[in-house]
Amino acid sequence: MLGKTANGLFWMYRYMERAENTARLIETGQRIALTRLNQTDDEWASVLQSADCLYGFRAAHDEMSRDLAVDWMLRSKDNPSSILSSVNAARQNARLVRTAITGEVWEAVNSAYMALKTALARKVSERDLPSTLRLIRHHAALVRGVTHGTMLRNDIYDFARLGTFLERADNTARILDVKYYVLLPSARAVGTSLDNVQWESILRSVSARGGFRMEYGAGGGPREIAAFLILDKRMPRSLAFCAGKLSDNLNYLANEEDAGAASRARVGALENGLLSQSIDDIFDFGLHEFLQKTLEELSSISRQIEQDFRFYA
Amino acid sequence: MSEHSVFDEMWGRDAQLRAPYQNFFDWFDQEDPKRLRAKNREAEDLFRLTGITFNVYGRSEAEERLIPFDIIPRIISGSEWAKLSRGIEQRVRAINAFLHDIYHTQEILKAGRIPREMISQNEAFQPKMIGVDVPGGVYTHIVGIDLVCTGPGEFYVLEDNARTPSGVSYMLENRETMLQMFPELFSKNRVQPVQQYPIDLRRSLAACAPNMTDAEPTVAVLTPGIYNSAYFEHAFLADQMGVELVEGHDLRVVDGRVAMRTTNGYKPIDVLYRRVDDDFLDPLNFNPESQLGVPGIMDVYRAGGITIANAPGTGISDDKAIYSYMPEIVEFYTGERPLLQNVPTWRCSEPDSLAHVLDNLEDLVVKEVHGSGGYGMLIGPTATKKEISAFRKKLKARPKNYIAQPTLSLSTVPIFAKAGLTPRHVDLRPYLLVSPEGIKITPGGLTRVALKKGSLVVNSSQGGGTKDTWVLEE
Repeated sequence: MLGKTANGLFWMYRYMERAENTARLIETGQRIALTRLNQTDDEWASVLQSADCLYGFRAAHDEMSRDLAVDWMLRSKDNPSSILSSVNAARQNARLVRTAITGEVWEAVNSAYMALKTALARKVSERDLPSTLRLIRHHAALVRGVTHGTMLRNDIYDFARLGTFLERADNTARILDVKYYVLLPSARAVGTSLDNVQWESILRSVSARGGFRMEYGAGGGPREIAAFLILDKRMPRSLAFCAGKLSDNLNYLANEEDAGAASRARVGALENGLLSQSIDDIFDFGLHEFLQKTLEELSSISRQIEQDFRFYA
Repeated sequence: MSEHSVFDEMWGRDAQLRAPYQNFFDWFDQEDPKRLRAKNREAEDLFRLTGITFNVYGRSEAEERLIPFDIIPRIISGSEWAKLSRGIEQRVRAINAFLHDIYHTQEILKAGRIPREMISQNEAFQPKMIGVDVPGGVYTHIVGIDLVCTGPGEFYVLEDNARTPSGVSYMLENRETMLQMFPELFSKNRVQPVQQYPIDLRRSLAACAPNMTDAEPTVAVLTPGIYNSAYFEHAFLADQMGVELVEGHDLRVVDGRVAMRTTNGYKPIDVLYRRVDDDFLDPLNFNPESQLGVPGIMDVYRAGGITIANAPGTGISDDKAIYSYMPEIVEFYTGERPLLQNVPTWRCSEPDSLAHVLDNLEDLVVKEVHGSGGYGMLIGPTATKKEISAFRKKLKARPKNYIAQPTLSLSTVPIFAKAGLTPRHVDLRPYLLVSPEGIKITPGGLTRVALKKGSLVVNSSQGGGTKDTWVLEE
């Protein structure tokens, strides 16, 4: 496979994953805004931060409001991570790798782009927001579904998966980091209804609420939530799950010339770190410090993959 | 040209349904126009979804456009096709012999059949190709011949496309769309298939590989990139052939071979189907500004390390100034009378011809010698006085830059319009594959149709559409 093609696949799936994650973040932000007691827009700053686009937002806007924040994340062309920008970038990459993906995957990406281009042509009103976000998740699921159902399990698939799980791990780590203070043991004692809303918002933003309840019933506090999202290998958006998938797919790519050895070593270290620690170890080390370190590792893994598989040179 | 003299391929000149259309019309007559209209829209959605679009240069936002598709097929009988394809094959044989001669001993110039300056002063002549022995002796691996029809079995060649003819993806997708929408039509009519084209293309290219080894030659398609107007087609063909689609920056000369950067290092390519113009192919040998090509590929080529399809310098054979010599070229190399007719052509470089053209501008079509895409031409009969006098100035300033032809009475084929079947002018581009194993013609080709009433311009960039083209079994 061409290095350029591997690069295109990797980014096509990263951007699709990003669009979906951003939709989920907006959904969570909106829910918090609707259930909160005080009437400020502070929450949107942390949502923007979770979506890694607060910096750009501040550069473009002097004030913070629900409308501006949602629009920035949904459809701003100045925000390279907005849903519209992400889906557009996913499609451009899909065009670039048109020969590597199946016709059905291409059609799913193309129809996602066409549907969202129309749906996001104008500012989305608060009333239309839920159906618009559903539309995004629906299309992302369609792309994932046809990818799963029609693509050969070969190196093409491996690069698609690497992009998906790197983006997902990055997203989960960021969401946790923005809200880490809510999960600290000291917060446990508070137990107010506000904290419950915060905890729930974390679970919702990674679609983990149902799974968590299934596992812990009505119980479970911040410690369990952190363990669930960081260490639980059954939870498909947890750091441990993503690291496992990165490791699997890099192993599939290994050949007699030992392609990707350096990337494998880095992912191996990340995975071992997650497998050998308990949540208490992580809290002892410092949750914020741990998440920062993880985010740095993820971006160095991304750079290493680029280099090992000759994405650019 | 009066309206009644126009030949309609479905209805002839006298409103008598022609035989090849009989089965189709019986079906059409029974169909509910509402259903057909819905199908027409369905076809458009299908094209948009599969991404069969082309990019329009110079428009950033409106980027991708669809070429309108019309559901009424253009139908050619088996016998008519057999005759036509003999003529096309003869012409393509002559083109390859001409190219070999022009880049070697130039017998045709020595024989005085073409003036020497037509070649030596022609921008399309490629000095770097002189003396190069191309792999398999093939210059034009893929050719598209533009034809127009003026009466039953009367075809004229409008233009030869010997560089990088485009549009074959539409031929394939149009058929695919018709098969999906109207399967019943294909059980009623025995239509010769076109879907083997990508496999034929791959075989034909592989057969032209430089050093025949035991291993299957590595073929790749070179595209200028996703912003090129024909990018969809480049990706489509690479996909259908199952080969890599590369850009210049994926390639590099490694150990005397052109190689592509894969995830496991550089891998040599045997045959490069390039959809990049000569000028941009190699910044070391041609345009030094080019970002699209591969530095040094021409040196590898001249040393026999790679096949470039089509060969550089083939433009000298489809140049509009050379076009007028095609009858002589066919006779000179095949020793046969040309089976296909050329449109009579005045070369404005010749004083007598220029005088005639200037006197008859309102009846003639005047084209730029190096133009394409229907730009920069004058269609006398439909032009305003102002346009004609403006063009007269341009023509006088650079007569060598132009040729002129009479306006032929182009045939029509009906399109499915709001008011039902409505005649529109069409042309036809059949596609040929050339390899040492022979010449292969795909039955049919791309029919382009001028959607505006009375218009003769079929170019997609100027509002033309396409139709499925059927060649019936005999």
